[in-house]
Amino acid sequence: MADMNRERHRTRETAFYLFTQQSLPACKPVLTPGWVITIFLFMGLIFIPVGLITLRASHSVVEIVDRYDTECVPEAFRIDKISYIQDDSIPKNCSRFMKVHKYMKAPIYIYYQLDNYYQNHRRYVKSRSDKQLLHGQKYHDTSSCQPVELNSGQPIVPCGLIAWSLFNDSFTFIRERAELKVNRKNIAWKSDRDHKFGKNVHPFNFQNGTLIGGGKLNPKIPLSDQEDLIVWMRTSALPSFRKLYGRIEEDLDADDVIVVNLMNNYNTYSFGGKKKLVLSTSSWLGGKNDFLGHACVIIGSSSLILAIVFTLLHLKYRRPHGDTSYLPWNRKSLSG
Amino acid sequence: MPRQGSWGSMELHNNCNTRASFDISRSSSLAQENLSKSQRIHNKSVDFDDNLPHAENPRLIYINDPRRTNDKYEFTGNEIRTSKYTLITFLPKNLFIQFHRVAYLYFLAIAALNQLPPLAVFGRTVSLFPLLFVLCVTAIKDGYEDWRRHRSDRNENNRESLVLQAGEFQMKKWKTIRAGEVVKIHADETIPCDMVLLGTSDPSGLAYIQTMNLDGESNLKTRYARQETASSIFEGCNVLGLIRCEQPNRNIYEFTANMEFNGHRFPLSQSNIVLRGCQLKNTDWIIGVVVYAGQETKAMLNSAVSPSKRSKLESYMNRETLWLSIFLLVMCSVVAVGMGLWLHRHKDELETLPYYRKTYIRNGRENDNDTNLSLYYYGVGTLTENKMEFRKASVYGKDYSSSNFTEDSLQDDNIRDAAISSRWKLKSEISVDSELMNFLHKDLAGDERIAAHLFFLTLAACNTVIPIVSQDASSGHGRSDSWGEVKAIDYQGESPDEQALVSAASAYGYTLHERTSGHIVIDVNGDKLRLDVLGLHEFDSVRKRMSVVIRFPDNTIKVLVKGADTTMFSILARDTEKDNLIRQVTQSHLTEYSSEGLRTLVVAARDLTDVELEQWQCRYEDASTSLIDRAAKLRQTAALVECNLNLLGATAIEDKLQDGVPEAIEALRQAGIKVWVLTGDKQETAISIGLSCKLLTADMQKIIINGNSEEECRNLLTDAKTRYGVQPAHRKNENSKRSNNPQNGYLEIPDDAKSSNVLQPCSGKEEPDVCAPLALIIDGNSLVYILEKDLESELFDIATSCKVVLCCRVAPLQKAGIVDLIKSRTDDMTLAIGDGANDVSMIQMADVGVGICGQEGRQAVMASDFAMGQFRFLKRLLLVHGHWNYQRVGYLVLYNFYRNAVFVLMLFWYILCTAFSTTSALTDWSSVFYSVIYTSVPTIVVGILDKDLSHKTLLKYPKLYGAGHRHEAYNLQLFWVTMIDTLWQSLVLFYIPLFTYKESSIDIWSIGSLWTIAVVILVNMHLAMDIRRWVFITHAAVWGSIIITYACMVVLDSIPIFPNYWTIYHLAKSPTYWLTILLIIIVALLPRFLFKVIHQIFWPSDIQIAREAEILRKATPNLRSMPIEDSS
Repeated sequence: MADMNRERHRTRETAFYLFTQQSLPACKPVLTPGWVITIFLFMGLIFIPVGLITLRASHSVVEIVDRYDTECVPEAFRIDKISYIQDDSIPKNCSRFMKVHKYMKAPIYIYYQLDNYYQNHRRYVKSRSDKQLLHGQKYHDTSSCQPVELNSGQPIVPCGLIAWSLFNDSFTFIRERAELKVNRKNIAWKSDRDHKFGKNVHPFNFQNGTLIGGGKLNPKIPLSDQEDLIVWMRTSALPSFRKLYGRIEEDLDADDVIVVNLMNNYNTYSFGGKKKLVLSTSSWLGGKNDFLGHACVIIGSSSLILAIVFTLLHLKYRRPHGDTSYLPWNRKSLSG
Repeated sequence: MPRQGSWGSMELHNNCNTRASFDISRSSSLAQENLSKSQRIHNKSVDFDDNLPHAENPRLIYINDPRRTNDKYEFTGNEIRTSKYTLITFLPKNLFIQFHRVAYLYFLAIAALNQLPPLAVFGRTVSLFPLLFVLCVTAIKDGYEDWRRHRSDRNENNRESLVLQAGEFQMKKWKTIRAGEVVKIHADETIPCDMVLLGTSDPSGLAYIQTMNLDGESNLKTRYARQETASSIFEGCNVLGLIRCEQPNRNIYEFTANMEFNGHRFPLSQSNIVLRGCQLKNTDWIIGVVVYAGQETKAMLNSAVSPSKRSKLESYMNRETLWLSIFLLVMCSVVAVGMGLWLHRHKDELETLPYYRKTYIRNGRENDNDTNLSLYYYGVGTLTENKMEFRKASVYGKDYSSSNFTEDSLQDDNIRDAAISSRWKLKSEISVDSELMNFLHKDLAGDERIAAHLFFLTLAACNTVIPIVSQDASSGHGRSDSWGEVKAIDYQGESPDEQALVSAASAYGYTLHERTSGHIVIDVNGDKLRLDVLGLHEFDSVRKRMSVVIRFPDNTIKVLVKGADTTMFSILARDTEKDNLIRQVTQSHLTEYSSEGLRTLVVAARDLTDVELEQWQCRYEDASTSLIDRAAKLRQTAALVECNLNLLGATAIEDKLQDGVPEAIEALRQAGIKVWVLTGDKQETAISIGLSCKLLTADMQKIIINGNSEEECRNLLTDAKTRYGVQPAHRKNENSKRSNNPQNGYLEIPDDAKSSNVLQPCSGKEEPDVCAPLALIIDGNSLVYILEKDLESELFDIATSCKVVLCCRVAPLQKAGIVDLIKSRTDDMTLAIGDGANDVSMIQMADVGVGICGQEGRQAVMASDFAMGQFRFLKRLLLVHGHWNYQRVGYLVLYNFYRNAVFVLMLFWYILCTAFSTTSALTDWSSVFYSVIYTSVPTIVVGILDKDLSHKTLLKYPKLYGAGHRHEAYNLQLFWVTMIDTLWQSLVLFYIPLFTYKESSIDIWSIGSLWTIAVVILVNMHLAMDIRRWVFITHAAVWGSIIITYACMVVLDSIPIFPNYWTIYHLAKSPTYWLTILLIIIVALLPRFLFKVIHQIFWPSDIQIAREAEILRKATPNLRSMPIEDSS
């Protein structure tokens, strides 16, 4: 027993000595041409197939995009869209036709897309109170919600610019006279519904100010069930973004024509923002995006080319590795 | 015991300054104080001006009357406190000290700005985090150290000593000892406070102490109690008296006081005081009176901070930091202008923008964390072993150096017997010249014989060596019946030269047997000769000689003098022709000795008449009791007797070259370092040492400059300049500016023969030198004229074009002056290496100071940045550790710029996508953790452990060191290349996720999370790609950092109150996320990898080739021999 302890002690001491003397066993990689060619070959062999698979997945996604912000303003108001959108007396309904050019398999995701909308603006992103969203009016310190914090002395629930500017266009879809069933449940993250938005927190004093930003909320429904709000409050990263509206749980055939009845309520006209409606299927990769696939293929093929180039260069200009006669002072003595 | 004592050596590391500056100020009169540039050094000695005894305000100590001594409570008790803090003062004081660092103030400013709501980039608490983290870590470290100091203080204060209380010695705790008390110390005990010796177990009042804790010297030193008190103590009487001494000061080599005792008044000096921290040795007990206690002891007063030095790389780093600041400023202005324009364009819509409701302008601000790097320097040792050996002697004009002693060659048995029986057993064997030996056994008659007698008496008597006799029973010597048993004598002394001389005298039958303050006993071939020492003038650097006044048993009085030839020949008697003849012969012998590299001393003596004696005695008494200017008065007194001397002879001592010195110097020269030797030795000695260590070679053109006037020096210099076609300085300067290395430059090596060398890197590219290499040899006298006048630049021109520069006979201050000359006129770095107290000023002046723990004491070591045992280690220090550290630091500076810039740029690109509103996609915590947790550990590990080449390779090819001269690891070009790479990487980091998630439903926290992990993996992979030596710690650090980053993000995303809640879980499910990260890493690193590969394969650097050779050959031993054979 004592021997073992001593043994262990000695190994520990040796290890410490090796550490302090910086002579621990070490791996010292050298970039020899062999290694370099192998690395490039390897990269080529990985990235080209991955890229091709990705591209295939992306191509399998069918996407229909329809920009409706201008079209849904009656001709008469096209010169002054702002007065149209701000005038409550004018009906805002509008019909659009979307042609399915390729078979779409359910579920088909319905997104609305906003362009030139800086949901990532610093003041906007910060203007929320996560504690209030969870605890409701019990939580008083909502100074972070500036400038939409209070209205006539009463706290606003949910407070802040984000909630205030809630998107409120609505869509219904009709195929061959029959209304398509749109599932608007489970469009927000489950984690948000369960833990971020209070089950007992109801909207209060919301959208009661003089300046109306966007949609209103039903005060009867708790925040955790206001999925449109929850989706909206996951502020987007970029100034062009999509947000999930719902899912169509029926397949759509090619050449089907979908009639979309929408309420064009949301004001993007004052800052030149665009509104689009997007129907899209999905793959394991998500939505339609050729970038990843293209990038992988390009990287993979350039790696292969580099591997070939290095092989040729290596064959032509071979330098014996580790030959000290190549050291400059030795070289000099050789030539001299 | 040694543990308790160790605080002393730790705390006292800087007390060399004391000695150094003191030496300098003394010797500066020699150097005419003309080195105006060395004023800095003078300033250092200002601290010691208060050494001058305050005659008008002495400290009064009443012996054995502590109450009266302390009645005004002006003296501190003996309690010491080395700890900095108490519980209460810890926080404020520690914070105050920490905020001396500028970087902390920067962080504080950032944190403070963040507390202002309109400027807050991070959250309020988050912005405090980095600062608090650093402050806490430092505070914990300081606190722990201080706790340990408290503990050791407590131990120290609670130790006990015997103190005279109520008539008898009783144990008393150290902390309660007060000034004026009488303390008794037994052998091997540590001295609790500074005490004046009253008596010792030795009737003559002698005591030996070891001062290891104080100055690191391991030899024993003698201290004396005054005869007057010693006898009464010895007889057991109580001593009552009054001591007047100077106020407490830091100089451990000086003490001035006087004592009134029994109506007498007599002087006390350095030799009468024992200092706290010393140990009593070889003495049964001592009794002393406390004069300084606690914080006022010299040991405690000696805790100064040594001057800080910076490397050039650091200043380059500052330059680049400036570039980065400009860069940041540009970025901020872009954001500010962009935001201004954006706001202007949308001015009318602002109120209606859903994401912007009120006009509010704010400037973007970025955070740039510079990482502080501490840099390492390197250093070395002395040229010679400092083991002196008596080699040759010239006695009365006759040179005894031809034959060596062998017992058989002695003429008759009687002499041999006598020689052997009378020889004491010495620690080292000394070879003896048989002719001289035989001559010494002749009868004492004739001038020459008497001169030889006096010659060896002088060697034995005129020194400060202490003989320590010990019974050596183990070696029974057959022939030693007349003595009973052989006694071993060990000579303890501060100067190895003196030890060598005394040992030599003993070998010739003149054994120094006993030394007390009043007399010495010399054993002359078996007869004990007791000589009374009437006075002793110690060696000083002005007189360069030492003398003793001796009363022989027959009542004749003689002055025995030994000293350097330059100062000795001028005070010799010039009466007779014979004198002159001997003089000339001796002088030629001296020249011969020194040309062989031996150190020479001249020995002389004279009789004193009664009148002279009386006059001298009177002056001597007066001078040595004086409190003011004692040194100068003693010097004047010495001049009274040191004149009209009769030349006895000269000695030559060999100072052996240390192992590996020629090899080390050769390697350093190959590495492109210029070596200058600055020595106190004679020109001939210096040249011979230069030859023996291959510094000078036969094919060198020697420029020798030794003028005695300004005019002469000027002529010599211009003459040399025209003859060897030396270029003017400017061109050379430009040349060297381009090619000099930030780390190395001149290296000064004093060899232990009291010489010093300077190494300077020559320009990286070898200049087409048609003529033979030049060597400049210049002496101290000429330097006085040259450094003082406008000839400095001339000297500099010549010196820089010479391969070797040898300066001989230089004073300590001149050494520093020369270093300063190089420092002020070039951009080169200087390294000074030396071992003696005379090298201290030079070591402190140079960019890198290296001390060698030689036999000449520890002052040099304590003043140095690096200390080593031998000169040859300099090779390893520079070539191996210097190289490693240069590579590491150079790389890490670039890497840290990169690491922070890539992060900041990534944030910056995103700002352009957020209407210039400085939104950060990353969570506050991630931004802060990035440099503190996510990426810091690999940097540190690589900075410690990475090595490009093994030490064997580096030592084998000294020219690899040239990479530093050529700035290969860090230069402006490399900086810009790195910055372009950084730009590319940041763009890849930003745009790949941007394109991947274009027009998707990704939210800001998800993309932030992606960016966080991508940038962390990217910088770690970047580092991993450049690591040249992977040990398991490196693996743990690099891969561990990535894992820790993920862990942190998982934790941060699991807290519901953050808006980024659950992000990472969602992302991790998506293959796009992983594919994007992979793509970012590959695309970002591809150009760098390609550049690196092409560079390494087709344009390999020296280091790369050597590295391949080292690693690949080990793997394939078969291939190994071939290229070598080809090349050779």
